Amino acid sequence: MTFARVLHAEWTKLRTVRGWVLGLLAGAAVILALGLTPSRGGSCDVSDCTPAHGPEGQAVADQFTYVHRTLTGDGSITARVADLTGRLPAFDGAQTRDGLAPWAKAGLMIKDGTKAGSAYAAVMLTGEHGVRLQWNYVHDEGVDAGAKVKPQPVWLRLTRAGDTVTAEKSADGTAWVAVGSARLPGLPATVTAGMFATSPQYSEQVNESVVLSGVSGAPSTATGTFEHPVTTGTFSADWEGPPGGAAPEPAGTGAPDGARARSEGPQTGAAPTADGWTVTGSGDIAPAVSGAAGGSVTISQTLVGTFLGLMFVVVVGAVFVAGEYRRGLIRTSLAAAPRRLHLLTAKALVLGGAVFGLGLAAAAVVVAFGPRVLRGNGAAVAYASAATQVRVVAGTALLLALCAALAAGFGALLRKGVTAVTVSIVVIVLPYLLSVTVLPLRASDWLLRVTPAAAFALQQSEPRWDQVDNIYSPADGYFPLPAWGGLAVLAVWVAVVLGGAGYRLRRRDA
Amino acid sequence: MRTALHAEWTKLRTSPGSWWLLVGVAAATIALSALAAVAVSCRAGCTADLPKVSLTGVQLGQAVVAILAALVIGNEYTTGMMRVSLAAVPGRTRLLAAKALVLLATTSVAAVAGVAGSVLAGRALLPAHAFVWRPVVGSVLYLELVALLGLGLAAAVRSPAGAAGIVLALLYAWPIVARAVTDKAWSRRLDQLGPGTAGTAVQATKDLASLPIGPWAGLGVLGLWALGALVLGWLLLVRRDA
Repeated sequence: MTFARVLHAEWTKLRTVRGWVLGLLAGAAVILALGLTPSRGGSCDVSDCTPAHGPEGQAVADQFTYVHRTLTGDGSITARVADLTGRLPAFDGAQTRDGLAPWAKAGLMIKDGTKAGSAYAAVMLTGEHGVRLQWNYVHDEGVDAGAKVKPQPVWLRLTRAGDTVTAEKSADGTAWVAVGSARLPGLPATVTAGMFATSPQYSEQVNESVVLSGVSGAPSTATGTFEHPVTTGTFSADWEGPPGGAAPEPAGTGAPDGARARSEGPQTGAAPTADGWTVTGSGDIAPAVSGAAGGSVTISQTLVGTFLGLMFVVVVGAVFVAGEYRRGLIRTSLAAAPRRLHLLTAKALVLGGAVFGLGLAAAAVVVAFGPRVLRGNGAAVAYASAATQVRVVAGTALLLALCAALAAGFGALLRKGVTAVTVSIVVIVLPYLLSVTVLPLRASDWLLRVTPAAAFALQQSEPRWDQVDNIYSPADGYFPLPAWGGLAVLAVWVAVVLGGAGYRLRRRDA
Repeated sequence: MRTALHAEWTKLRTSPGSWWLLVGVAAATIALSALAAVAVSCRAGCTADLPKVSLTGVQLGQAVVAILAALVIGNEYTTGMMRVSLAAVPGRTRLLAAKALVLLATTSVAAVAGVAGSVLAGRALLPAHAFVWRPVVGSVLYLELVALLGLGLAAAVRSPAGAAGIVLALLYAWPIVARAVTDKAWSRRLDQLGPGTAGTAVQATKDLASLPIGPWAGLGVLGLWALGALVLGWLLLVRRDA
């Protein structure tokens, strides 16, 4: 019997057993039901639910203190950042203490107006990451973000020429070194240029405790002391900034949820000095993140039904193979298709293919319509690019298909449906459950690298940002491995289990 | 009833997998508890609920209990043995009760061993902490109730694989779905209603006021699930052809 005939035979088996077909359809149905159910509403009003969006589409934080002039046409701004200091929250109930958040920022900026979410490029001195060029919220250039650098006084210069903004730094104000250059497509002729300071939500892991109960976040502030600001080009006459000393609404106010929910913000503002300005800010100008600081629902969360759908798929997968042993059908199957590996491969392919198709359809519908249901219900949904959506949908289908193949492999290896089902679910779902409930971060990161649960990384929709400190934990939807890495781990499991099953099938009597 | 009990005991005792499964319940419970204790390597000022951490293994042990429970009745359907059993013990209620009692007795032994081993592992691997009886006794009862839940469901669906799938969906997928629900009130309600999420509340020793459900009330919820499953299984067993 050719392989094509074996495939056809297995397909006929799968499609004609009513329980199996119903099981697979039920798996897809729970994914749809949990993804589209309207009961999962949020209770935020419209203004809270629509954070500012950056030029590249994602939700952004855009809150800082800004002393600026308007610049028409090309031009440049130069200033010396003489000092960068800050205040950090104290977590033992006391007042704030001196200290700098690693991503406290003070420097020069060129921005399209002062509207939240508008295009910008900025060169800045940071708390621990040296001098950096950042633009349009998501881009970040400078020394390796992992390295820790103490802030040193530095001269900074930002030059605009058309769509391009170039950043330079200098230790003495005469010898200049390039930091980088940014292209801001569609930057209008008239922009603002000036000095800014800000400091993000600060959190620290008090200890490596269970769950994240030991973690809290609170606002921090940064104060930049600017000296000798010099502009070249067509600038407006006066520096505009927030009134000094008070706690004004800073330039951009796009910070979503958390930052604004606290009614008493830290003291921010700007004040002129003999030869420059001191600017104190709090907030961040960066991508908005989920997790410790976030508040919106991601498309991954709409796919939570995957965990339940998985159960159905695993049961059908295990029984699809183990069931043959139950009734002795395996002897008939092997009489018809004596090449044992052909039979096993055909089963895995047919099952995987069917599950992939159903999973793809269910996930596509959920990702396409789930966010609409949520928004209609008053919940904020995090931005995900089209490429991310396609990856999450295809990834969910692949995840389900490979898990079905894994269960089939365990079914062939263990020859008992109940054991195969339990082993499959324990290796796929339990590591994830433990990671999001009891285990500390380090242990769960390890668990999600080596078990099949690593493949849930395929559903991660929010990237980790090097330039945003956040507790990137599995509980908040961040996985230790990239999507393809997680897929590879699951694929290796499937290959090993199917390989072992094939070996046993060939060596043992059926 | 005595003969029915004796018959069930003989079946369980002589079927090759059951001893391994009972050893597996204890071994899985102790192994995961020990791993969790090692992972939670907190130093001074540890905020973790240490008695609960030392019983984490119950999360794995319950999966093996589910296999055992599903096999006790489900396996008889897959082999056609059920018809022989019913010929020997025509009182179907009596048959189910005998199975439940034998399962309960054997699971208890394995659960006591697993929970005791976990406690000892926790003593050895975790920072010093007070010994509390409730989570320990509660964990043994938890595993017994999971066994009854599995038995009832297996009697209802008559497929051991399907029953194990349902039990594990209730115990593993439910908490994940409850976590993902954005509406806080609903999330809490799901935690109160889930057999696993409510049942494991019995292990908590810290912040009892902030738990979605009290420790014994939580175990009671699991008890209701087990009772419901048994009643469903019993009704279907009595009404249906075997």
